[in-house]
Amino acid sequence: MNTHVPVAIIGAGPAGLQAAAVLAPRVDGPVVVFDREAQAGGVPRHCNHPGYGMRDMRRVMTGPAYARSLVKLADRAGATIKTSSMVTDWADDHSFNVTSPKGRDTVTADAIVIATGARERPRAARWVPGDRPAGVFTTGELQQAIHLEHQKVGSQAVVVGSELVSWSAVLTLRMGGVNTVAMVTESPRPETYAMFTYPGSLVFGTPLHRSTRVVRVIGRHRVSGVEVEQLSTGRRAVIPCDTVVFTGDWIPDHELVRRAGIEIDPATLGPRVDAGLTTAREGVFAAGNVIHPVDTAGVAAMDGVHVADSVFDYLSHASAPGSAVKIVAEAPIKWVTPSAFRAGGRKPPAGRLLFWADRYVPRPTLVARQDERVIGTVRLGQAAAPGRVFHAPWQLVAGARPDAGDIQITLG
Amino acid sequence: MTRDVVVIGAGVVGAAIARELSGYNLEVTLIEAKGDVGDGTSKANTAICHTGFDASPGTLESRLVHSGHQLLCEYANQTGIPIDKVSAMLVAWDDEQLQALPGLKAKAEQNGYDKAYLISAAATYEKVPDLGPGALGALIVPDESIICPWSTPLAFATEAVSRGAELMRDAAVTGVDVGQSTTLVHTTKGDVETRWVVNAAGLGGDTIEAMFGFDRFHLHPRRGELLVFDKLARPKVPVILLPVPSKMGKGVLISPTVFGNVMLGPTAEDMTDREDTATTAEGFDFMVDKARHLMPTLLDEEVTAAYAGLRAAHDQSDYVIEADAATRYAVAGCIRSTGLTSSMAVAEYVADLLKQAGLEMHRKSDAELPEPPKMPQIGEQAQRPFEDADLIASDPAYGRLVCFCERVSEGEIRDALHSEIPARDLGGVRRRTRAHNGRCQGFYCGAHLTAILQSSVREEI
Repeated sequence: MNTHVPVAIIGAGPAGLQAAAVLAPRVDGPVVVFDREAQAGGVPRHCNHPGYGMRDMRRVMTGPAYARSLVKLADRAGATIKTSSMVTDWADDHSFNVTSPKGRDTVTADAIVIATGARERPRAARWVPGDRPAGVFTTGELQQAIHLEHQKVGSQAVVVGSELVSWSAVLTLRMGGVNTVAMVTESPRPETYAMFTYPGSLVFGTPLHRSTRVVRVIGRHRVSGVEVEQLSTGRRAVIPCDTVVFTGDWIPDHELVRRAGIEIDPATLGPRVDAGLTTAREGVFAAGNVIHPVDTAGVAAMDGVHVADSVFDYLSHASAPGSAVKIVAEAPIKWVTPSAFRAGGRKPPAGRLLFWADRYVPRPTLVARQDERVIGTVRLGQAAAPGRVFHAPWQLVAGARPDAGDIQITLG
Repeated sequence: MTRDVVVIGAGVVGAAIARELSGYNLEVTLIEAKGDVGDGTSKANTAICHTGFDASPGTLESRLVHSGHQLLCEYANQTGIPIDKVSAMLVAWDDEQLQALPGLKAKAEQNGYDKAYLISAAATYEKVPDLGPGALGALIVPDESIICPWSTPLAFATEAVSRGAELMRDAAVTGVDVGQSTTLVHTTKGDVETRWVVNAAGLGGDTIEAMFGFDRFHLHPRRGELLVFDKLARPKVPVILLPVPSKMGKGVLISPTVFGNVMLGPTAEDMTDREDTATTAEGFDFMVDKARHLMPTLLDEEVTAAYAGLRAAHDQSDYVIEADAATRYAVAGCIRSTGLTSSMAVAEYVADLLKQAGLEMHRKSDAELPEPPKMPQIGEQAQRPFEDADLIASDPAYGRLVCFCERVSEGEIRDALHSEIPARDLGGVRRRTRAHNGRCQGFYCGAHLTAILQSSVREEI
C-alpha cells in the first residue's frame, strides 16, 4: 500500500514524540510517528528510576511515566503514532518501506524526521575476547529484562563503565535482586564522577576499579567471571560473577541514515546536522540521540521541539539547504554537535553546542578558529568529563563565515 | 526395536548420511551429543560452497567436493537453503603469489573445474575497490558460493526425520558392545541396538573409532576465530576474497555471508581442549593485522560478533571413508572444512560402501518419499517474510518484528520453536531465524526473545 503524508517521524522516543506534538496542530494533514516497538516512548520506557521530565514536563518523573506522558502529549496534539511499525529500508529519497502486522506499506513524506536514538555497543563491538556464555548484557537489555519482562538475570554482577548509565545499571541490578560485585572503568579519575561515585559506592557498597579494563569473559555456558587488567601495572585478576553488563559506549542507530546515503559525521557516527537539525538532504531532519550519543531524554525532547520549527519552515517554503561548513572538534573532544554551520540559520536547541570529551579537563577553555583565525573563545564553568555531555554557547561559532572553510574547535 | 543403522553425529556430514540412508527401507537413528543439529564444528565454519578448484587432484576429497558442490547447489535451490553464487577472488600480493596463480588455474582444471580465469591488477581493483594497496592481479573462480551453514544440516536432518529417521539429541555415545549380529550403542540418553553404525562424529571421530577397535587417524581441535562485521560493510565485499596459498604463512579470507554481513578469518591454532571455543586478544590482533593489509576500510565498520569454531585437524592427507563388514561399522572421518560442500556426496559414497559391505537396502519409491523440506527464508538473496505483503496478510505474526537488526518476525520465531526439529534454546532460535544475530546483540530484542523462549518452554512442560 502507498500513502503520502506531509510529515513522517521515525522513532517514537522523546525527540520524535515532542516533534510530533508540536507539529501535529500546525501542519495541514497527518503527522505520523513510526516506531518498531510495541509501545511508544523509546528508551525511558525501561529506565525505571526518577530523573525524567524536568526539562519539558516541569516535574520529576520515572522513565516509564515520562514515556507515557510524551505519548499522551503527542496523541492529544493529534499526531498518529504507529507502533509495531518498522521502517526497514528506503524506496527513494523521500519514501520508505514499513513492515507492521497490518502489512507492508510504502510511505512518502514531504518532510522526514529521523529520531532513531542510540544504543550501547555490545561486547563484540568493544573487542572483548573470551568465551560466549549466557549472562552478558548491555544496560538496555538488562533494563528490559528486569523492568519490562521481570526476569531473573543472575546473582553477582560486574558492571563495565562508570557513566551515568552505569549507575542506572547498578540500580536496575539491585531492583532485580542482583548484587554488583564490582564496577570496572578505564577512566583514571575518580573526581570525574564524584557526584555519583561516592554516594553510589556508599549506597551500593560497590567497589570501583579505576584505570582497569576487561580483557576476557570467562564461562562455558554461564558467565563465571571476568578477567581484568590494571592499565598502569598490567596486573591481571579474575573477578568471579555470573553476570556482566557492558554500559555506555554509545553509537547512534544510524542504519537508515547510512542506507539513505545521507552524510554522516565521522565523530558522532550520526547524521551531520546544522543548527536547525537539517541533514545534508533536503527535507530530511534528525533529532535526539541519533545526533548526540548520548545526552539525556530531556535534551532529546528539546531537539524534538526545536526541529519542529525547522520542519514547519521547510513545509511553508521548501528550499534546498544552502552550502554549509563543517564544525570539527579536536582531541580530547570526541564530538561536537551541531557539526554543520550555515550562515543566517537558526541557533541550535537551547542556543548550545554539545560536546563529548575523551578525558577529564577541569576548567576548559574552548577556542573556535576558521582558517587559523580565532572566531570565538569561551571559558566554561563546568568540567569536561568523559561519559557525559558538556556544552558551550553558540556564540563560540556564530561569527563564522560560510566561505572560510571548516570551523576547528580546540579545548585547552 | 533394533535399528538398521545408527549414525553418530548430527553435524552436516552425519545429517546428510541420515538423510541419504532414510531414503532406503532402513530404520535409521541419528544420534547427537549436543542439544541441536549442526551445533559443533558445522556451525562455525566459513560457510562457503566450494567448487573444489584447489583440492589435491586425484583424492577422494577432490572427487566428493566436486560432485557434492553440484548436489548441494541443486538441493539448496530445491529446499530454500540460502545460497548465493558471489564468486571468489584469489588476490596476489607479491610476485610469488602472482606466479602461483596460473598453477592454481591449471590445478582447478585437473579438478574438473575449467571456468577460473586470471585478471589484471586494474581489473582486480575495479571488482573490489576497497582492497588495500599492492594487489598485483587475481584469479577469479566464478562458481564459488556462500551458503547458510546452519540451514544445511537442519535441512538434511529435517528431511531424514520426515522420511522416518529418529533423531536423538543430547545423547553422547559413551561406549559400544559389538555383538554377533547387532551392536549395542550406549548413550547418555539410553542404549540403542542396531545392525550397523556409521561414525560421523566430527571432532569425536577418533574416540568412536577406538570404541570399534580401529586406530586409523588421530584428531585434534584446531581453533579458528572469526570476526563478523556489520551489514553496512557488505557493499565493500562483493566477492569471497580467498588467500593464495604461499610460503608467507596462512592467509585469511574476507567473505560476504548469506545474511548480508562480512566475515574475516579464520585463525588457526592447534588445541587440546575439544570444547574451548573462546576468542582471544591474539586472534583479534592477527585478524586486524591481516585486514589492515587486505582491506583497511573494513576496520572502519563495527564488529557485530566474534566467535571461534573448532575444526577437526588430522594426520591424514585425504578423507577417511571406509566400511568394515566384520564389525558392521563405517566411518566418515578426517572431513575438514570442505565437508559442508561435500556432505551429500559423502552420504552417497557411504551408502554405496554399506551396500557393498552387505547391508541389504532398497531405495524407497518417489511415492514413498515425502517432499524435501522448505527451509525458512533467512538469506538476503531472496524475499524475506518481513517483505512479503501476502504472507503478512495471511498471518500478521510475520509482520510483527521481534529482532529489528535482522528483521525477524514473531511468526518465524514461533515456527522455529514448533518445526520438525524444534529449537530448544536461544542458539537454536538464532540458527533457524537469525534473531539476536544483529548489530545490537540483544540490546533491543534480548529480553523479549528470552520471554518468548521461556513461555515456549512452559508450554512444553
